[in-house]
Amino acid sequence: MRRLPVIAVLLALACPAQAGEWRGHVLGEWLGFVEDPAYSSQYNSYFSVTAEPEYFHEFSEGDDLFTFKPYLLLDQHDSNRTHADIRELSWIHAADDWELMAGIGKVYWGVMEAAHLVDVINQTDLVVNIDGEDKLGQPMIDLTLIRDWGIVDLFVLPGFRERTFPSKQGRPRFAIPVDDDVLYASGAEELHTDLALRWSHTLGAFDIGIAHFSGTSREPRFVIRPAAINPATLSISKVTPLYETIDQTSIDLQAIYGSWLLKMEALTRSGQGDRINSAAAGFEYTFVGVRESALDVDVIMEFLYDDRGDRIDVTRALTGAPFTLSPFQKDLVLGARLTLNDAASSELLASVIIDLDGNGESYNLEASRRFGDSWKLSLEARGISNAPDGTTQSSFSDDTRLRMELARYF
Amino acid sequence: MKIKTILPAILLVLLPHAILAETPEERGLAIATESDRRDTGFGDYTSDVKMILRNKQGQESVREIRSRTLEVEDDGDKSMTIFDKPRDVQGTALLSFTHKEGPDDQWLYLPALKRVKRIASNNKSGPFMGSEFAYEDIASQEIEKYTYQYLRDETLDGLEVFVFERYPVDKKSGYTRQIIWMDKEHYKERKIEFYDRKDSPLKTLVFTDYHQYLDQYWRAHDMYMENHQTGKNTRLLQSNYNFRSGLTDRDFDKNSLKRAR
Repeated sequence: MRRLPVIAVLLALACPAQAGEWRGHVLGEWLGFVEDPAYSSQYNSYFSVTAEPEYFHEFSEGDDLFTFKPYLLLDQHDSNRTHADIRELSWIHAADDWELMAGIGKVYWGVMEAAHLVDVINQTDLVVNIDGEDKLGQPMIDLTLIRDWGIVDLFVLPGFRERTFPSKQGRPRFAIPVDDDVLYASGAEELHTDLALRWSHTLGAFDIGIAHFSGTSREPRFVIRPAAINPATLSISKVTPLYETIDQTSIDLQAIYGSWLLKMEALTRSGQGDRINSAAAGFEYTFVGVRESALDVDVIMEFLYDDRGDRIDVTRALTGAPFTLSPFQKDLVLGARLTLNDAASSELLASVIIDLDGNGESYNLEASRRFGDSWKLSLEARGISNAPDGTTQSSFSDDTRLRMELARYF
Repeated sequence: MKIKTILPAILLVLLPHAILAETPEERGLAIATESDRRDTGFGDYTSDVKMILRNKQGQESVREIRSRTLEVEDDGDKSMTIFDKPRDVQGTALLSFTHKEGPDDQWLYLPALKRVKRIASNNKSGPFMGSEFAYEDIASQEIEKYTYQYLRDETLDGLEVFVFERYPVDKKSGYTRQIIWMDKEHYKERKIEFYDRKDSPLKTLVFTDYHQYLDQYWRAHDMYMENHQTGKNTRLLQSNYNFRSGLTDRDFDKNSLKRAR
């Protein structure tokens, strides 16, 4: 799979220069930490630059669309965060009642803001941002059938992308670094062809999607290999991702009623030990034009449930049993989004995720505005408090941080 | 034979009385209905839109969008709006199904996440892209969305015009009323004054540079909106109108939203 981006670049360069269009952005980012690092290999300040240009060309009056979107991130300290990817290299053909997409692309499923449960087609590019919203390009063939009774998507996904994890120098990261080598349950390893099927439809105020995925889990479990354990100190040098073959059925649902947006996502998954059930449900309520101004305020509340715990059974893990690093067990998300609707498109999002079993809270503040016609400044502050030792979140206790991002769009 | 010749004569005598008997509400509605009738049957059109936003200090910022509209029989129009400028929202697209009654359906496509998000349409009073145009100002104007009252006849810039008021039916509207100046020849808006929820003068919209398409449909290429309360203004310029370009429902579904660039 690592060879794939190279092939893709060659393919793109081989395409004759067409009257297409380039657009995209470059951005500079600074990530600064309040506390000194928990691990001596880490730093207090990280600079990085990212380029994400996009080339597209429409043929036959828009019925055919070619897209190429490379991606490059250079990080000052974290060698895993420095990476290149092909986010998209695809051809889409649209006919009257069907569409075919072939190549590398990205597909988004889901309705929630804090957790992205059902979104399973693309692998998470976790090193970019811990929020899980950045995705690696996925090779796929997607046949879309458009019918009166809904839209059916049939996916063939040849080839698997491993999740990206921070290096020892990266921050924030799990207490024990993640191994660059990975394990697969399937003999086909990363060449296993995955399949997915989704039906989605709009019924009045409801938007609904039901999907099934059969293939390599995007979310790995982890194992501690005997070689990673120092018998003298019982310390562990690394954990190894284990990618198992899963079957996952999911539903996502959104209903709109006046100022209310009601949402839910749920999934059930087999193939990673005991069956996993996970769900999220909540609402958004919008106050439009607060006090006769242009300001809109969205109040967000989401409840997250996962029947895997967020504690790791260390004794079992030391025997080589796979374990999960799942941040959500029984959590409540409270948030508010302020949209100023001004010429600079100023926005502010504040949210807190509260673990209802008393395993800490995580805070999140995001703000952005445009400067001039093509600059955008974003600020993000994140932190965790009261996370007891032994929970997934406790790895990030000393990682209160501020991210400043200045992007130039072209 | 005699009856056949007498009947039109009777009608001719009665007709002026029928018009006189028309209430201001009926007359206002009749004008709006005639304006709507004259704009029926266009099928579909595409156009390029440029908005120049100017604040009180005279600072300008520019928005560029492409717009597609599909006429829907017996309901409101479907529209797709694709954003080109500012660059940070380039590729964002808004799909709207206007309805004669009840809330409109709206989906927003966010290209960075590749996410199609159903959004509430109750923000109609909110600014469109930070401009002085509210969503409800640029949405498909369906007769059923207002009640009407004819005020008077007038001359505006040398044009014979009807002056009438309309009152939004939707409680979420940002206006108590709008006064419309509509020319008698083509039944097109020439000026609209908007009054806020406290019935204070809020904005004035002036339509100029009208062009006729397909020998029937008039479109203003220049719409100038001035906000009297903030001192800001927005000039909305339309160009490259293309009527009956062959758009179908398929160009207004969630899949076409994802293909918008």
